[in-house]
Amino acid sequence: MSEEKVGVYVCHCGHNIAGTVNVEEVSEWAGQLPNVAVAKDYKFMCSSLGQEMVEEDIKKEGLTRVVVAACSPHMHEPTFRGACQRAGMNPYLFEMANIREHASWVHQDDKPAATEKAKAIISGAVRRSLELAPLEPFRAPINKTTLVVGGGIAGINAALEIAGAGYKVLLVEREPSIGGHMAQFDKTFPTLDCAACILTPKMFDVGNSPNIELLTYSEVEQVDGYVGNFTVRIRKRARKIDTTLCTGCGDCWERCPAKVIDDVYESGLGYRTAVYRPFPQAVPKYPVIDTESCIYFKNGRCKACEKFCPTGAIKFDQEDEVVVVNVGNIVLATGYDVFDARRIPAYGYGRLANVFTSMEFERMTNASGPTDGKVVLRDGVTAPETVAIIHCVGSRDKNTNVYCSATCCMAALKFAHLVKEKTNAQVYNFYIDMRTAFKDYELFYTRLLEEGTHFIRGRAAEVTDAARLPGEEGKLIVQAEDTLIGKQRRVPVDMVILMVAMEPRADASEVAHRFGIGCSDAGFFTERHPKLDPVATMTEGIFIAGTCQGPKDIPASVSQGEATAARVLGLIGKGEVQIEPVRAQIDEDRCSGCRICNNLCPYNAIDFIAEKGVSRVNPAQCKGCGTCVAACPSQVITGQHYTYDSIMSQIEGLLYDVRSPNEKVRVVEMEPA
Amino acid sequence: MTASNGAYVYYPGCSLQASAHAYDISTKRVAERLNLTFNEIDDWNCCGATEFFSINALPAYSLVARNLALAAQTGGAPELVAPCSACYLNLRKTNDYMAKYKKLNQQVNQALAAGNLHYNAGSLRVRHLLDIVVQDVGYEKIGAEVTRSLQGMRVAPYYGCLIVRPDTGYNTEYPTHLDKLMTTLGATVIDFPMKTHCCGGHMTQISEAVAYELIRRILKNAADYGADAIVTLCPMCQLNLDVYQGQVNRTFGTDFNIPILYFTQLMGIAFGMTPQELGFGSEVVSADRALAQIGREEPEERERPKRKDKQALPMPALNGGGRSES
Repeated sequence: MSEEKVGVYVCHCGHNIAGTVNVEEVSEWAGQLPNVAVAKDYKFMCSSLGQEMVEEDIKKEGLTRVVVAACSPHMHEPTFRGACQRAGMNPYLFEMANIREHASWVHQDDKPAATEKAKAIISGAVRRSLELAPLEPFRAPINKTTLVVGGGIAGINAALEIAGAGYKVLLVEREPSIGGHMAQFDKTFPTLDCAACILTPKMFDVGNSPNIELLTYSEVEQVDGYVGNFTVRIRKRARKIDTTLCTGCGDCWERCPAKVIDDVYESGLGYRTAVYRPFPQAVPKYPVIDTESCIYFKNGRCKACEKFCPTGAIKFDQEDEVVVVNVGNIVLATGYDVFDARRIPAYGYGRLANVFTSMEFERMTNASGPTDGKVVLRDGVTAPETVAIIHCVGSRDKNTNVYCSATCCMAALKFAHLVKEKTNAQVYNFYIDMRTAFKDYELFYTRLLEEGTHFIRGRAAEVTDAARLPGEEGKLIVQAEDTLIGKQRRVPVDMVILMVAMEPRADASEVAHRFGIGCSDAGFFTERHPKLDPVATMTEGIFIAGTCQGPKDIPASVSQGEATAARVLGLIGKGEVQIEPVRAQIDEDRCSGCRICNNLCPYNAIDFIAEKGVSRVNPAQCKGCGTCVAACPSQVITGQHYTYDSIMSQIEGLLYDVRSPNEKVRVVEMEPA
Repeated sequence: MTASNGAYVYYPGCSLQASAHAYDISTKRVAERLNLTFNEIDDWNCCGATEFFSINALPAYSLVARNLALAAQTGGAPELVAPCSACYLNLRKTNDYMAKYKKLNQQVNQALAAGNLHYNAGSLRVRHLLDIVVQDVGYEKIGAEVTRSLQGMRVAPYYGCLIVRPDTGYNTEYPTHLDKLMTTLGATVIDFPMKTHCCGGHMTQISEAVAYELIRRILKNAADYGADAIVTLCPMCQLNLDVYQGQVNRTFGTDFNIPILYFTQLMGIAFGMTPQELGFGSEVVSADRALAQIGREEPEERERPKRKDKQALPMPALNGGGRSES
């Protein structure tokens, strides 16, 4: 029999637990368990009084183990570990028993059974606690440089905040300029202030900050290391421009004879040249040569840009450059892709000329866009007299994406206003629900209602040019069930705008894998906690901001960008990181060097030491997930804090009422697969 | 080619022996050319039509299941092909529902036992003829058989409502496999927004006014786009659009004159067969004028919007999105 003295504390959690589990009975029962010296129940264990009770008992009763039966360890394990530590106990000798999520909440209709289950869970926790060993966290210094990936509005704000606090930032952007999707917009809802006017000063600040090194037209290829000490390999794609010579004068793109449709910045609605700067306010000001469309790269002739460049900055032979940098923290702000409207053929995008996407319309209505801000049909001259705006294209639709894209209702209102302002056309909004949450948004909706925009509540079934009724000839007809009047409606219009969804970047899962973070079902990056830890990820030192985490508008993206900066600065301020000691450890004397664990590790934390012929876990990179522990055919990997003995003891404890106490759970030796 | 090695159980259904005789013989000619063996079910019966299911479900399912039980004993199983969309739907529905609902399966098999039959639900794969043609044979092989390109002929691909739903792997609202088949044959395929809209079904017998309006919409859309013919894959669709075209013209004062042809007939023509051996001539609206378009030089541009000037905005490219069906 072990000499350990265990204290068991059963939390009522108000009615959350006590309403279902008979907590008095459970704590009394727990007091009878072997090694349990103290067993109490209390209304809120997480309160300061609850914590003080634990601290006092450790000191007075000489407890060597503490079990708190309450909520999920995700919630309060750190709380009680702290209490134990304050009382002089090693925090890793604390064990949490979850009798809320695992008992009271899921068995509300069967109180006696919930009570019995709570006993079993506590019995398991007590048995397990006896097998715990004291552990010490690792400490590592933090590199004060931060990598920000993505130069949209979220990444820009993260970079500016961190740089403003006096620390170096490396801002990596895939496109030739920072600015992101916001740079494509004309107006922003609900205030209708000009997107460029509020964005470009920030872009300018990024370009001029002495603390920000800007790597545009570049991509992160590889990430190694761990919080505080990441090593990142970045490919700087060849611009074919010597930026030390280029003045951004524009002679090159003005002379370039190769015109191609600009699918990125102009969303396919306008053209650019092969050597181009995406937009006039681009940061940096230097152009790039798109070798796919450049005539010289196709057939070896032309070189018009080179001839006319006054500073000799055109370098056709410039090669990609790979740089390796060390950073302490990483902020991912990689943004979103726009839903491809061709995936819903019934709306006719790509077939019917005057069906536009919302991104095309953003460009059209932008004063610096292909139509100089004029709202016109695809012929480029005719102003529409009637316009339909179809909401939820690729959102809230089980055929495409089930989620709401959050911003399109407001953007649709903005469009409706701009169409009316510029053309005085009749505007019909086909919506499922109007979603105008957040500050002052509803007022904007009210304003649009007063402006006389038509709102038809019903998802549009199709957009067709097959005229049937008088007045439909030569028009696009939007068919929808108006669910407020309970009738089918056919609305003939000149122009249709499809409010396309925000989707995860096409390569989001690859990027997530590269940085060692997760993606949700929809494909957006997963935050550590949806409510209480929205910008951290399960990988320490890697934060996410903006639409890569889920659809959101500009204010929310900015908030998240700044939130990541606060988190990064917090870590930098500490100077060093404490790394959880819950790690895998390989007994090198017994390791056969089979390397099965090497590739299974999701965090690339296992290195093969060739000279010794064994594998070794890098504790700073290891997350303690246990994959290697389970996979090791020689069973020489130990998961600290989750040893075989502790897990088997916990199982024995859980099964206290169905096994004789003398019967040991047998560890079954598994043959390697 | 599938595991069935080009052999299929063939369920013609009643239409193909009567109004859709042209569909039956053109199917057989084309199948022969493509080395497909169609073994007709011996002693098959009615597919249950559509209304029977609403009146008395169990006899309706049993009626269809008899065909399935017999089909399972026929060479070519487990692939069962039906050229008629309604037959396809009823056979597939019965097959799927019997596999899904134990009680129905039990009751239907009890009924079948009276005739010493039994059907293992789900053991057959019920498929429409068009699916066999585009999936099992494939566009490439069909293209290789084309000896007389349909170039010059503008066709409106009309799918009707039954073959694209549910869960067929084809886009439900805007399928394009018939489009692609016609393009493979050399025809010009018009954008046809009404391609899956209702042909009227049995409405001609219930409410003429409703039916004629439904038919008018389809004919008008095809005419607006300058189609020489509407190509179909369902005897019901063919019948409604063809036989009632005159009635529609009289009712609405229109002058539609669009032949309604089976896709197998056009495949046969493209394969170099004569109209006679493909059942041409039995259609009410004559196909002669449409057939005369074949081989015509690149048809004169029909009001294709001229690129007015440099002001016109670029159209989004269609490749990739939307029409990516195999």
